[in-house]
Amino acid sequence: MKSLWGKIPEQIPRLSVLLVILVVLFIVVRSRLVPPDFGKYGHYRASAVDEIISQEIRYAGHEVCAECHDDVVGAKKAGYHKNVACEVCHGPAVAHTEDPGSVELRAPRARRYCPLCHEYRPSRPTGFPQIVSNSHNPMKPCITCHDPHDPKPPVTPKECHACHGAIARTKSLSHHVYVPCTRCHETPDEHKVRPRIVVASKPKTREFCGECHAKDAPSEKSIPRVDLATHGERYVCWQCHYPHLPEAR
Amino acid sequence: MMESLKDKSKNSVARRNFIKKLTFFCTSLLIPSFVNSREKSEKAKKWVLTNGYSPAEHYWGMGVAINKCIGCGRCVDACKRENNVPREPFFFKTWVERYRIFKDSETIVDSPNGAINGFEYPRVEKKAIIRSFFVPKLCNQCNNPPCVQVCPVGATFKAEDGVVLVDSNYCIGCGYCIQACPYGARYLHPVTQTADKCTFCYHRITNKMIPACVEVCPTQARIFGEIKKKASPLVRFMRMNKIGILKPSLNTEPKVYYANLDMEVK
Amino acid sequence: METIVKELFPLLKEITGYIYPNEIELQWGILVVVYPYVTGLVAGAFILASLVKVFNVQELQPTYRMSLLTALAFVIVAPLPLLAHLGHPERSFEIFFTPNTRSAMAMFGFVYAWYLMAVLLLEIWFDYRGDIILWVKTEKGWRKWIHKIISLFSKDTSERALRFDKKAVKVITIIGIPSAFLLHGYVGFIFGSVKANPWWSSVLMPIVFLFSAIVSGIALLLLIYMVVTPLRAKEIDMACLDKLASYLFYVMIIDFSLEALDFIHRIYESEESIKILAELFSGKLFVSLIVIQLLIGMLIPLGAIASVKMFRTPGELKKLIYFVSALLVQVGIFTTRWNVVVGGQLFSKSFRGLMVYKMTFFGLEGLLTSIGLLLLPFIILYILFNILPPWEKAREA
Repeated sequence: MKSLWGKIPEQIPRLSVLLVILVVLFIVVRSRLVPPDFGKYGHYRASAVDEIISQEIRYAGHEVCAECHDDVVGAKKAGYHKNVACEVCHGPAVAHTEDPGSVELRAPRARRYCPLCHEYRPSRPTGFPQIVSNSHNPMKPCITCHDPHDPKPPVTPKECHACHGAIARTKSLSHHVYVPCTRCHETPDEHKVRPRIVVASKPKTREFCGECHAKDAPSEKSIPRVDLATHGERYVCWQCHYPHLPEAR
Repeated sequence: MMESLKDKSKNSVARRNFIKKLTFFCTSLLIPSFVNSREKSEKAKKWVLTNGYSPAEHYWGMGVAINKCIGCGRCVDACKRENNVPREPFFFKTWVERYRIFKDSETIVDSPNGAINGFEYPRVEKKAIIRSFFVPKLCNQCNNPPCVQVCPVGATFKAEDGVVLVDSNYCIGCGYCIQACPYGARYLHPVTQTADKCTFCYHRITNKMIPACVEVCPTQARIFGEIKKKASPLVRFMRMNKIGILKPSLNTEPKVYYANLDMEVK
Repeated sequence: METIVKELFPLLKEITGYIYPNEIELQWGILVVVYPYVTGLVAGAFILASLVKVFNVQELQPTYRMSLLTALAFVIVAPLPLLAHLGHPERSFEIFFTPNTRSAMAMFGFVYAWYLMAVLLLEIWFDYRGDIILWVKTEKGWRKWIHKIISLFSKDTSERALRFDKKAVKVITIIGIPSAFLLHGYVGFIFGSVKANPWWSSVLMPIVFLFSAIVSGIALLLLIYMVVTPLRAKEIDMACLDKLASYLFYVMIIDFSLEALDFIHRIYESEESIKILAELFSGKLFVSLIVIQLLIGMLIPLGAIASVKMFRTPGELKKLIYFVSALLVQVGIFTTRWNVVVGGQLFSKSFRGLMVYKMTFFGLEGLLTSIGLLLLPFIILYILFNILPPWEKAREA
C-alpha cells in the first residue's frame, strides 16, 4: 500500500486536495443560493408563477358593470355599441367596483375621443362608420347628437359616403366621379338601418356596363369602348375592373 | 414452434428493457435533470396554483382578425394600464402596425408610439394605395420559444398551459432573450432591469378573465381562448377563417393566429 | 429609468424605415463588443503557446510562457464586461448554479471554468512548479510566501517529478487546443445560433470567430514581445519574430477566406434579409466594415507582411512593419467584433428599418469603462510578469 502511495507523484495529491476543496465549496454555496423550489416542475422557480398571478387586476371585465348600471348596459346591448365594453371608454374599473363612492371613472366627453375609432382612415375596413371630423359638425362635441350608449345617427344618413368613406374618396379621384352610387347599386332603405343584413346590390350583367362602354352605346364619345362579344366574355366586368377606380384611362 | 417464438420475444423484451434501463442510467449520469423530467411533468400535471387554477388543464392561444382591426389603439392603452408598462414609446407588450401598400409595391409600415393614440392620416398620400390595413402585434407565445431556449438561468419558461412567462425576480437582465425573439415582443423593463413581455395577462386568465386587450377591443378583432378544447371562441375562429402565423420559416410555432394575414406582414 | 428614457427619445428621430417599437433600445453595447474581443485574445494566445509544446516550433520558445500568462491575464478580465452589462450582476451566479442546458450562454459557466481551471491554471502550474521551488529557496518575505502558496507548498524537484511536470504540460496542451477552440467557438455560437437575426445566424460564425481570435492572439503576442523585450534591455530574437509574423500571415489568410466565403454566400443566396443588410453595409456599417475591418485591418497588414516576406527588408524596417501591421490587425479584429455585435442590432427584425447606436462616454456601459477593461489585462499581466517571470534567464536563477 505504502509503495503504491509512493509511486504517485506528489503533484497529484496536492491538486486533488485543491479540487476537493473547490468542489465541496461549489456544492455548499450552490445549495445555499439556489431557491428550494427551483426545478420543481421544470427549469424555473415554481413560486414565480404564483408571484406573476398575484399581479393587481385593473380591468374588471364587461359583466361586472351590469350589477349596478343595468339600465345603461341594457340600452347599450340593443345598439351598435353592444360589443364595445364599458371600460373601453370609461377606463379600468376595478378600483371603482371596490369603492364606487370615492373612485369615479372617466367619461370622455371631448370631441377628440370618438374619432379614435370613427375618424376616416383609409386603412380601416370598409363599412365601418367613419367621419371626417373637420367637416362633420366641427366644434360640436359628439355627444350632443349621439348617445354613446346607443349611438344610432340622429338622422339616417342620406349620403353613401357617411359609411363608405374609403370608396367615396377613391371614386372622387376616378373617371366615375360623376356616376352616382345608385346608378350601379340598388340600395333599399333598410340598408341604411341594418347595413349588414340588407345589403346593396351589384351589377349582375355585362350588358349593364355595356350601357356606356359597349361599341354601339349611345354615350359620350370620350368614354372607352369594348367589344362585349370578344372582350373577357366569361366575367362580369367588375370581376376584373374596379369600378370605383377603373384602371383604363 | 410457437413456444420458441414466444420465448424469443420474451427474451428480446427483457433485453430491450435492460438496454433501456442501461441507457437511462448512463444518460442520468451525464444530465441529472434528464432523469426526473418525466417525474416532473407528472407532478406538473397535478399542479394547482394558489388561486385554484391548474395550468395543465388549459392551453391558451389568441386569434387576430386583421380585417376587423380599426387601429384605434385601445388595446395598447389598456395593456399599458393593466400591466404597469412604462408609458414611454419604447416599451410595449402589444402594439398596432399600419400597412400601406402602394401600387408600385412599395410598402410603408408605421406604428407611431405603438398606436397608443391611434393613427394620424397623412393628409396627402403621394401615390395610389392598393391595399391598407392594421395589424395588432404581441408576444406570439410560441410553442417552440427561442427566448426560453436561450435564457441562461431559467428565468423565462413555458408554463404548463403554453404561456411563456418571465420570472422578474430571477432574471439577470442579460438581454439574450430579447435578441432571440424574432418578433420584437420583448424589452428590458427600465425600472426592474429585467426582460418583460406580454403574458396573455396571466393574472387575469388564471382568474377566469380574458386579457385586457381582448376585453377592450371594440370590434372583436382579438379572440382569446383554449386551443385544445372541443369548443372555444378560438376554436370557432380557427374553423371559420384561413389562418396565418408570423415568420413560419423560423419554426417557432406561434400560438397567436392571424386571419387574413398579408404577405407583407413580418 | 429617467436617464434611459432620456437617451432614447432623440433616437426616435434617427430611425430610418420601420422598426418594431421595442427595438429602439440596443441591448448589447460596447461592453459586449469587448467581451468576444478579449476572449478571442485568450484563445489566440493559448493556441500560440500550444504551437511550441505540441508542434515543437522551437523558434517560438521565447513567447511560450508569455503567451500563457497573457492568456491568463485576459481570461481573468473576460467575464467582467459581461458582468457589467447585466441588468442584475448580483444574480450572475445563477448561470453557474442553475444553468439552462439548452442555452448557449449558460454554457459560459462550464466552458469558462473548464478553460480557466482545467487548462490554463494547471498548465501554468505544472510549467512553473519546478522553477517556483527553486525561487522559494533563495527568496525572502512576502514573495517567498506568495510563491509557496502558488506552488501549493510543493517541494519535490526530483528528476521523476520534473519529468511528470513535462508530461502533464504536454497532455494539458493537447487537451487545451480543443478547449481553446471550444472557448471561442462557443462565443461565436452565442451569436451564430440566433435564428431571429440573419446577420448573426450562420454556421460559419464560430469558425470565423475562432480564426479571427487566433489572428488577434498572435498579433497581440507579437506586440507584447516587441515592447517587453527592449524594456528589459534585451535583444529581440529575429527568428522568433519572423515566425510569429509568418503564422500571423497564414492564419489571416484563412480568416480572410472564411469571412469572404460568409459574405459571398450571403450575397449569392440573397435571402429575405439581403435588402436590409445591403442597406446596412452601404450605409451605417460602411466605414467600420469595409474601410476599417476589411481594408485597414486585413488587406493592408496582409500586403505589408507579404511584401516583407517577398523582398529583402532591413531589420529595423521589418520590425516597424511587423509592429504597425500587428497594431492594425488589433484595430481590425476589434471592429470585426463591433460589426458583429453592434451591426447585428442596427437593423430591425421586421427587415424594414435601421436603428442607431449612441455610445455613452461615462457610465457603466460607456466607452470609459471599456477602455478601462481593455487596459486592465495589461496591469494584471505586469503583476504576473513580476510574480512569475517568463524569461528564460529566470529558469536558471
